[in-house]
Amino acid sequence: MASILAVDDSASMRQMVSFTLKGAGYTVVEAVDGVDALNKAKAQKFDCVVTDVNMPNKDGITLIRDLRGLPNYKFVPMLMLTTESGMDKKQAGKAAGATGWIVKPFNPEQLLKTIKKVLG
Amino acid sequence: MSIDMAQFHQVFFEESFEGLDIMESGLLNLDMGDVDAEEINTIFRAAHSIKGGSGTFGFSAVSDFTHVMETLLDEMRDGRRQVTQRAVDVLLGSVDCLKEMLTAIQDEQEIDEARVAEYQKALEVELNGGQADVAIPEQAEVLAASDESSASSVTEGKGWRIAFSPHADLLKTGNDPVRMFRELSVLGEFSATVDFLGVPGFYDLDPEDCHLSWKLEVTGDIPISEVNEIFDWVEDECDLAFQPLTESEAEESSDISIEHPATETPQEQTSVQAQVEKAEPADKAAPTTKPATTKKETAKSAAGKGSGSIRVDTSKIDTLINMVGELVITQSMLSLVGEHFELNKLDQLKNGLSQLERHTRELQESVMNIRMLPISFVFSRFPRLVHDLSAKLDKKIELVLVGEHTEVDKTVVELLSDPLVHLVRNSLDHGIEMPADRVAAGKLETGTITLEAYHRGGNIVIEVKDDGKGLNKDMLRTKAIEKGLIDEETVLTDKQIYELIFMAGFSTAEQLSDISGRGVGMDVVRRNIQSLGGNIEIISELGKGSTIAIHLPLTLAILDGQSIAVGDERFIIPLGAIIESINIKESMLNRVAGRGETFRLRDEYLPIVRMHEIFDVKTAQATKLTDGLVVVVEGQGLRCGLFIDDLLGQQQVVIKSLEANYRKVEGVSGATILGDGSVALILDIPGLVRLSNQ
Repeated sequence: MASILAVDDSASMRQMVSFTLKGAGYTVVEAVDGVDALNKAKAQKFDCVVTDVNMPNKDGITLIRDLRGLPNYKFVPMLMLTTESGMDKKQAGKAAGATGWIVKPFNPEQLLKTIKKVLG
Repeated sequence: MSIDMAQFHQVFFEESFEGLDIMESGLLNLDMGDVDAEEINTIFRAAHSIKGGSGTFGFSAVSDFTHVMETLLDEMRDGRRQVTQRAVDVLLGSVDCLKEMLTAIQDEQEIDEARVAEYQKALEVELNGGQADVAIPEQAEVLAASDESSASSVTEGKGWRIAFSPHADLLKTGNDPVRMFRELSVLGEFSATVDFLGVPGFYDLDPEDCHLSWKLEVTGDIPISEVNEIFDWVEDECDLAFQPLTESEAEESSDISIEHPATETPQEQTSVQAQVEKAEPADKAAPTTKPATTKKETAKSAAGKGSGSIRVDTSKIDTLINMVGELVITQSMLSLVGEHFELNKLDQLKNGLSQLERHTRELQESVMNIRMLPISFVFSRFPRLVHDLSAKLDKKIELVLVGEHTEVDKTVVELLSDPLVHLVRNSLDHGIEMPADRVAAGKLETGTITLEAYHRGGNIVIEVKDDGKGLNKDMLRTKAIEKGLIDEETVLTDKQIYELIFMAGFSTAEQLSDISGRGVGMDVVRRNIQSLGGNIEIISELGKGSTIAIHLPLTLAILDGQSIAVGDERFIIPLGAIIESINIKESMLNRVAGRGETFRLRDEYLPIVRMHEIFDVKTAQATKLTDGLVVVVEGQGLRCGLFIDDLLGQQQVVIKSLEANYRKVEGVSGATILGDGSVALILDIPGLVRLSNQ
């Protein structure tokens, strides 16, 4: 089963994402911010990255840009979790190499549906 | 798949309260003249997380409220809005309001909607530049959303023809055309024709680029919004054109379909559609059933709240687990040695036992460490308190926090909060003078209150220091005589005069104010501190300011002790209280009239406490001072020498309350059980020192 890196500085959101995905059989590794995520992504290759946007240390968009620069992550799906309904964050994310987004608030079913969509 | 969201609620509440604290201290730190963008960003991020979490976990009142705050903060962050004191005050009020809302939800109480509405109104007024009654953005958003949903319900006939030409770098964002085709084929009958025209010659080919384009057709009664949604992520990375299919085209396309052979019966098609339709109402029904489940979830999480939880650094847990692992290894090694024990294995046994001892101690330390919290948990509420009160009193006060990372037991943290609030309020109200008075006295207009925490010995010391007017000894004395607490002849040292303010019914403020109450507080403060096993002292200089120092034990459960022998009895002296141990020579001894036995230690004369007399130990070996040992101890700034038979060993002891099991005994703070099962009393050094000085 595919492995997913779940990045969020909020523990409750992180746990919710991780619990949902694990429940569906995915292998999930959690990271608390962009820096943590980048280190973990370098140590192990993930099939998908799901990241919050607003985070201390390294935000989600910078994380995606950094990850896309790694040979291992050129084509890996990366999703942003964003409350931003406006286009500017989405566009900034796309420009950094994000595959797509999931708009908060979302429920576990919506999350799973989107993950299944990108992982096939 | 259904997931019980209630399991995440407790964590959400905890991090939200933390976030609110961050917002509060951030707002208080904002410097109107020179706003630090990173500071605002931190506040914004906290609000943003609360909004995201509350939306996800179904607390819509909270997310709606936070949304307005977030909008305001976002504009400040982008520099589109000036940071004004008024805006900061409104935001601070909103932080309070959010705290109340979250507490209410956590406790399963009704949210005070009138109050929420009041704050929301204030925020909206602020957002609209001081004008009320302008449509709030949130409503606009809701409207936009409903527009979209009404659009999506319009179905557009027979299907769609889609011209899809991805840009070269579409693949580099992790998007895959095959995924989109897969989704389209779920919507209806799907066919794709690929166009190779864009593929360059072999030598110009970059295998990481996308060179293909497609003509797609999907037939069925499909709303355009559903097709659009599939391409939502790649809108900017491809050229996309939709065209509705006419009836004849639709039939034609199903004939040439690749994915779905023509043999497929219409019945199957309709059944797929029926499923889609069925699924839709189910999705829509979900939100309406949600509030009911949410209520149940809060009930569960509220039940868990009473137990009191603690957030622990993962590294602390890791250390703990590591330690348990070591312990298990040692245990199995010991049981192996014990199985067929022979004398030649004695060394191995001793080795194992000393390892066991080390691991037990380390384990104990790391368990205790889990209960340790930084004192900033208590300090963090003071910037707000000082900010609010100084505004109320028209005083200018700066609060300085020192040693916020000093760690202290959770119980101490919890019980320390109220006494400290009282002391800081006192300093604000009675200590620091009005700006005009300060200038007249040649001081800076702005007064300073310092909260400082540090470790000393086995204690944590917390000081509340102000540079205000200090305590007026004559006034204190006169007041105490007036109140009948002392009579006119009583001779008091400076220290004893300051101690007067701890007496019940003593108030020095000329006018009682609602800030620091009616003087009933200080005696309660001292009682609270003493109940924690600590003490409180005052240093003050008229015109210069006062310092109130609280000394507290680091933890209330375990004590580093020195066990001593007096005859057959064993006592424990808290290690932190011991200064040194000496053999006394005849020449050092002295008798001072009215003060009993003393001895000279370097330049100081210290009273001697004969332990065997105080505790009536008949079996004491040494009754002559030169025969035994004298342990010099310090308590509450005073010293004395304890006369004992012998020092035994140092050990950590678990404190058992004597008061709870027997009654309070002067000079004894508790008891413990020693390794051999016997009971030893733990000496209350400040109490003994007091006894010796009387």
